[in-house]
Amino acid sequence: MIQLKDIIKIFTTKGEDIHAVRNVTLDINDGEIFGIIGYSGAGKSTLVRIINQLEKQDSGEVIINGTDIGKLKDSELRKERQKIGMIFQHFNLLWSRTVEENIAFPLEIAKVGKEERQKRVDELIKLVGLEGRGKAYPSELSGGQKQRIGIARALANNPEILLCDEATSALDPDTTESILDLLKRINKELGITIVMITHQMEVVQKICHRIAVMSDGRIVEEGTVKDIFENPKHEVTKRFVTNVDSNGKIEKIQKELKELYPFGQIVRLSFTGEISKKPILDTVLKKVNFPVSIVNANIGHSQIGPMGVMYVHISNGTESEYQEFVKLLRDEGVIVEVL
Amino acid sequence: MSWLTNINWEQIYEALVETIYMTGVSMIFIVVFGLLIGILLYCTQTGGLYENKYISKVVDVTVNVLRAIPFIIMVFLIIPFTKFLCGTMLGATAAIPSLVFTASPFFARLCVIAFNEVDKGTIEASEAMGASKFEIITKVLLPEALPAIVSGISVTAVTLVGYTAMSGAIGAGGLGNVAYLYGFSRRNGTILYMATAMVVIIVFILQGIGDYLVSKIDKR
Repeated sequence: MIQLKDIIKIFTTKGEDIHAVRNVTLDINDGEIFGIIGYSGAGKSTLVRIINQLEKQDSGEVIINGTDIGKLKDSELRKERQKIGMIFQHFNLLWSRTVEENIAFPLEIAKVGKEERQKRVDELIKLVGLEGRGKAYPSELSGGQKQRIGIARALANNPEILLCDEATSALDPDTTESILDLLKRINKELGITIVMITHQMEVVQKICHRIAVMSDGRIVEEGTVKDIFENPKHEVTKRFVTNVDSNGKIEKIQKELKELYPFGQIVRLSFTGEISKKPILDTVLKKVNFPVSIVNANIGHSQIGPMGVMYVHISNGTESEYQEFVKLLRDEGVIVEVL
Repeated sequence: MSWLTNINWEQIYEALVETIYMTGVSMIFIVVFGLLIGILLYCTQTGGLYENKYISKVVDVTVNVLRAIPFIIMVFLIIPFTKFLCGTMLGATAAIPSLVFTASPFFARLCVIAFNEVDKGTIEASEAMGASKFEIITKVLLPEALPAIVSGISVTAVTLVGYTAMSGAIGAGGLGNVAYLYGFSRRNGTILYMATAMVVIIVFILQGIGDYLVSKIDKR
């Protein structure tokens, strides 16, 4: 079990304090896949590095299976780190080493004998599906294959924990899918606790058991994936939940709409969970006296419950009427974004 | 082909050997010292493995001062040291200390550039695996920077050949000496051109070997 207790981390650059992590307390259970989601700059990268002490917290404790690893001596910490694998967005492989040599690297550090090393490397290559590529150099492989090397390398010393730092962010959707499948399998078969940080909601939706949402250094919401998706409370969580599954697509729609309707106002309404079943728009429209036209709508029932996104166009109406319209919608629990 | 008789081939050969000797032996010292200084600078710089503002600053300034001194002045400056070390200030061996003094800081800079080009993420990943600082230097930093270091060695070696010619003109022997003493002073154009051609060929060969090695070891 990983326990983070009241972690604070402040970076000082050019005399300015940046609060990367503010009073984060978090328990991550053995064998679970725990997602930490947040926009860039939310502090999630720092938080995950505090778990293996690549960054030292300014205050608070990191307790892994009962050991306060912030208090370990350098040599003890290095031993402990061998039990915590880590994979990275940009893979961070050694270009000068072959696939096999890359995977053998952590074993060399752990002073594993040559024969045993080779045996373990062969096992790992099989595990991550890179048979036949052992003698290749990373530069000869695709992004997905590179991440597989990263995973094999991270698993070399039979860790209990695997930290994933935006592990799929540099990969295309299909490759992301296959890497997530691999991580899921590893979690199931080897029982390794996986902590993954990401800004991709699809990723947590697909494999995480529990998630924490991070914003401005704080954990603003925490719970099972089902809870978070069905009933997002915090503004940031709502934005994530309603933006799921369509990265890039949203931008395209919004751009098209702006071109089609150069005048007036376009508003994006998102509904999740229970409120998408209520006739909210109808209720609200009865209270305002300007016409509202729906220009794009998409309501569906995903595996995490009903969810809808709608774009409406307002061509006339005064500023105050329009403000009232937005307020009425927000009161009903709709997430309103003005484009 | 009468102009060929103007050349004392034995003399040219001897000079060639001297030039290669000066370049080669100096290069060994330069690579060792340069790498050590380079590692020291890299590790003590801000955010480095052994961050230390004071050591970093002192070494940095020393390197800059040594690099600022023109080679020909360096030769005269360290004559006492050269005499102490070699017993003389003449001859090929006596040229080596000043060559090493001038080129080591230059090569050290090239090493720092090479090290800084090693992906920080790779070093972070090694730390995450539990590698010690020594392991990071020997197993990550040096192998990953090797192509750039080798390319730095060939650049330094080429510069060094130029320096040996300069020290040759003031008594160290080698092709520079032949070109100056027999070619220039005695107005023997053939010897001057021949010595020049030899230097150019050495430089081409050095650069060629360097480029070949880099292409062999660079797996990026």
